[in-house]
Amino acid sequence: MSAAAEAAASPPGVLRAPLVVEFPFTRSLGPVQSAFLTGLRERVVLGVRTTAGQVMVPPVEYDPVTAEEIRELVQVATTGTVTTWAWNDHPRPNQPLDSPFAWALVRLDGADTALLHALDAPGPDAVRTGMRVRIRWAAQRTGAITDIACFEPHEGPADPQGAPHDGAFAEPVTGIVAEARLDYTYSPGRAQTAYINALSERRTVGERCPSCHKVYVPPRGACPTCGVATTDRVEVGPAGTVTTYCVVNIKARNLDIEVPYVYAHIALDGADLALHGRIGGIPYDQVRMGLRVEPVWTEGGRYPDHYRPTGEPDADYDAYKELI
Amino acid sequence: MSKAATSKECVAVVGVGQTKHVAARHDVSIAGLVREAAVRALADAELTWADVDAVVIGKAPDFFEGVMMPELYLADALGAVGKPMLRVHTAGSVGGSTALVAANLVAARVHRTVLTLAFEKQSESNAMWGLSLPVPFQQPLLAGAGGFFAPHVRAYMRRTGAPDTVGSLVAYKDRRNALKNPYAHLHEHDITLEKVQASPMLWDPIRYSETCPSSDGACAMVLTDRAGAARSPRPPAWVHGGAMRSEPTLFAGKDFVSPQAGKDCAADVYRQAGITDPRREIDAVEMYVPFSWYEPMWLENLGFAEEGEGWKLTEAGVTELDGDLPVNPSGGVLSTNPIGASGMIRFAEAALQVRGRAGEHQIADARRALGHAYGGGAQFFAMWLVGAEPPTS
Repeated sequence: MSAAAEAAASPPGVLRAPLVVEFPFTRSLGPVQSAFLTGLRERVVLGVRTTAGQVMVPPVEYDPVTAEEIRELVQVATTGTVTTWAWNDHPRPNQPLDSPFAWALVRLDGADTALLHALDAPGPDAVRTGMRVRIRWAAQRTGAITDIACFEPHEGPADPQGAPHDGAFAEPVTGIVAEARLDYTYSPGRAQTAYINALSERRTVGERCPSCHKVYVPPRGACPTCGVATTDRVEVGPAGTVTTYCVVNIKARNLDIEVPYVYAHIALDGADLALHGRIGGIPYDQVRMGLRVEPVWTEGGRYPDHYRPTGEPDADYDAYKELI
Repeated sequence: MSKAATSKECVAVVGVGQTKHVAARHDVSIAGLVREAAVRALADAELTWADVDAVVIGKAPDFFEGVMMPELYLADALGAVGKPMLRVHTAGSVGGSTALVAANLVAARVHRTVLTLAFEKQSESNAMWGLSLPVPFQQPLLAGAGGFFAPHVRAYMRRTGAPDTVGSLVAYKDRRNALKNPYAHLHEHDITLEKVQASPMLWDPIRYSETCPSSDGACAMVLTDRAGAARSPRPPAWVHGGAMRSEPTLFAGKDFVSPQAGKDCAADVYRQAGITDPRREIDAVEMYVPFSWYEPMWLENLGFAEEGEGWKLTEAGVTELDGDLPVNPSGGVLSTNPIGASGMIRFAEAALQVRGRAGEHQIADARRALGHAYGGGAQFFAMWLVGAEPPTS
């Protein structure tokens, strides 16, 4: 990104922070992918024969032309031909090789389609479409596409190929774990940056819609009903009314909050919709709709740690029922 | 232009297929799962892949399974090669909106026969994680959907004065209905009302037994035009009305208990279908009830009861299988929840009822049935009304 584009994407004073989304997804393989990946563990590459007689590697479960279920597996060679390629000068973490390599489509001998993988070569001058290559097997194989460490140049004869295979192996691999990770840079934008900055002074600042005059807390920078920018800042609270709530009895793995606790919708005085917070300073089973509460701050906390009763009489239902 | 060329084509459901919904289908890939439902829908319609002109598929967010744009990978499994394939996404309502997009393609005479399908393989994913991403600067307070919806249930109870036993009645009914549906995920043969009421309170006022399970499953339908329906070997279900509505997740004045978008969506469907008294004119309802209290809430939102009166229908047994307005005869989302497919299962079960093909959970003489789905923070709504007879106008 150019410096100008970077500046445009991140106006001065607007907060930014990394957001990492990662999860180990599981995959059930089904019969065809199970045979394919288990085969790799045993240094056997399997393709599937389509209704028209072509051999597809990697294999698929259903014919790409007729949609028929296809299950006729064929063993292909570990040698093949590069059909096209692209040089990768800057390998990223978790790519097959640490040093620069070619991404190559390789048609294995005996197959009619090409497989995408890494090709280990000293530089782009050493790679060409039509060059002969072979599989370099990983030393430790588990039944995954990474059992093929990469391809490497090969000047020998083609392996034997084309033998039917029943796809049966001892201890077949039936599932894999696919670690997914997405790295984002998150910015809450102008309006929420101002809201968050005000919180550091223990003030809660929303924005009023110039059209419907509703006060949004937290502000989103625009009114979702009128579709116009909200610029008029309004300080609300600090006290507010519990409009509704639930008592949470199950502990979430990613939350450091002891159960049971009360998760409440709180309409701060002057706000036109409720924000969410935890209620403390009162037994959980005595919290009620209409309870008047105020924020309790802790040193270094970005948000109020929780809200506690103010001791005022409960708000009348009619006073907050439109805010539920 | 003649009237025939400008008016909408009638849309008929001639095939319905579901997988047996379970907690985990480790034996099949995602492709194998959707394929199973599609093959069953084609078999029901006695059609082949070649008879299908287009495929419309739906599922919940991609990162529930972590397969980005799964429709690309599923084209061959669904016979979509060389045909248009569309993917629809509207969170939990997606199964319903997917069916409506498919129906509209037939109604608009873009395609004559469309295969529509929705799925979720929750065992390969983690919906609670997917709904609780660690967004910077935000205060993590909650994980998952139950805690999000529980305060709205409490607001409903306060607004209507409903006794706190109503939620358990719904759960007890739906779990018993599921025993009559071979495709339902939960088959709790020893279910009793006492067991429901004794189950742990997770997000007070929502109990464990009043929440939906996490399921792997797929549902498919074959939709076609009048000519296709005339060739159908089995009775079709005719689409009399269908609509979608949306609203923001949060806005000042949003009514979470009875969202305006839901009311508007139902009113549009009834107008199209010529329904003026839904309570009397509709014979069976498949509504999206992931937490039991949503039955009385939606009864009001969809116009089956006056505001504040929905729980009285539930309490009086009106929504039981043998009541005069059976709700979720299939066992509903409370018994089966492959999230992306759950809306389509509602639509498909409504179709099965008016086709007379619902098996043991068939409502006698069901002539008109409503399928309903909602999603997101109660912000997307999709509904259709199907009938045993073709529309007259």
